[in-house]
Amino acid sequence: MDWGALQTILGGVNKHSTSIGKIWLTVLFIFRIMILVVAAERVWGDEQDDFICNTLQPGCKNVCYDHFFPISHIRLWALQLIFVSTPALLVAMHVAYRRHEKKRQFRKGDQKCEYKDIEEIRTQKFRIEGSLWWTYTSSIFFRLVFEAVFMYAFYFMYDGFRMPRLMKCSAWPCPNTVDCFVSRPTEKTVFTIFMIAVSSICILLNVAELCYLLAKFILKRSRRAGNPKHHPNHENKEETKQNEMNELISDSCQNTVTGFSSS
Amino acid sequence: MSWGFLRDLLSGVNKYSTGIGRIWIAIVFIFRLLVYAVAAENVWKYEHNEFECNTKQPGCENVCFDHLFPVSQIRLWALQLIIVSTPSLLVVFHVAYRETREKRHNQKLYKSPGKIDGGLLCTYLVSLILKTGFEIVFLVLFYKLYNGFKVPHLVKCDMKPCPTAVDCYISKPTEKMIFLYFLVATSGLCIVLNLSELSYLIFRYSIKCYLKRYIKKQQSSESDCHKLRTIGHSRTATARQVHNSPSVLLNIQDKLEKNAAH
Repeated sequence: MDWGALQTILGGVNKHSTSIGKIWLTVLFIFRIMILVVAAERVWGDEQDDFICNTLQPGCKNVCYDHFFPISHIRLWALQLIFVSTPALLVAMHVAYRRHEKKRQFRKGDQKCEYKDIEEIRTQKFRIEGSLWWTYTSSIFFRLVFEAVFMYAFYFMYDGFRMPRLMKCSAWPCPNTVDCFVSRPTEKTVFTIFMIAVSSICILLNVAELCYLLAKFILKRSRRAGNPKHHPNHENKEETKQNEMNELISDSCQNTVTGFSSS
Repeated sequence: MSWGFLRDLLSGVNKYSTGIGRIWIAIVFIFRLLVYAVAAENVWKYEHNEFECNTKQPGCENVCFDHLFPVSQIRLWALQLIIVSTPSLLVVFHVAYRETREKRHNQKLYKSPGKIDGGLLCTYLVSLILKTGFEIVFLVLFYKLYNGFKVPHLVKCDMKPCPTAVDCYISKPTEKMIFLYFLVATSGLCIVLNLSELSYLIFRYSIKCYLKRYIKKQQSSESDCHKLRTIGHSRTATARQVHNSPSVLLNIQDKLEKNAAH
């Protein structure tokens, strides 16, 4: 069980996303998950071993490390990636539910169902409209919220995005104010800034996708409001119905007239 | 053999679950299994190496660590994940049993082997009860073993061979506490989902039973009405015959009297 499992789950959502959504997924997989696994985890791998405090007092290092890093950067990023990917599952579940309904219709032999076989239902791509639009939009909204919350938590916990080289610690049982040195501070700063930058790009992509979906929705609505009855099929149907009614009325009138005349 | 095996097993269960069951599986995969594998495991990776006691006495650290953590929290977490996922296999086995039975008898015995009705419903309910039970048992175990879900940064230890009450420092206590609270929250959520699925299934089943009984009653009362109507018709027919027959008798009597008079 690793990031590959998340990739297979999210890969299915890719088919039903907008183009911006597909770009977002690519950025997530390549610039965040892959960087985390391949590079960032190594940088933070020896973080507590190489965290050194200028004291021989046992326990001082542990306490100071815990004080400065309540939760490690790497774990916070992992949690952020998991939480940010989860709303896409709402879309995957909705699509799976729709597929299930279509399969049920197909099996019942419903004539409304326009599919030829079950394979076609399985591979069909659903358009983002109706209730799926609402699910998709709310998933993007939640993604934005989670990204923002985690970025703020990062900033709040570590007083910015820089990793200092030296930290002064006076927590008990350290005998006095002790100098503690972080391992690889510059490399960690670089990766932190990189991850924050990619997070910001993902936020921008999500905002753009949200605006795009809203604009599409508003345009569709305004088109429908502007042309209520100028639908050619609709017009033809109405005309043929009226013609039939007229024929029926004229036939019945003729019958009554002939009836009267015969009696 | 790794977590992928459990993941594949649970994917098989997904087919025979209700909607709430599928949400439960998704939460177990993503918020428990995945978080465990990519984040939590690394927090506890060097817990023994980083555990430090304020003494140079050899063996003191080992003894104190063993006393404080009889079973490491991360191992308890892994056990919980495995044991809580296992009752779902009962459902898979039952469906497999149904399918082999159909094959053996070479005829369709069930509407669909995977449909949750009859015996499979009982199995499903039992698996839900077991899952909930195991979750609660593990949460209680966590609470009792570690005196709550907090991880202190300092613990005093006076086991032999430590010379006196010695200060022992646990590594990354805050991070461990955050992940333990996360574990408790996801466990609680899974318990709530299991209970709601249980009540949903029981409610649905009782509505079905009630409707069946109601329809049966209606049908039996309709057939009674029909019977009464047919009996009523035949009775009126015989009653008319009986009614008509006295007038015939009177006519015969009149004729006989007339003949007698002549």
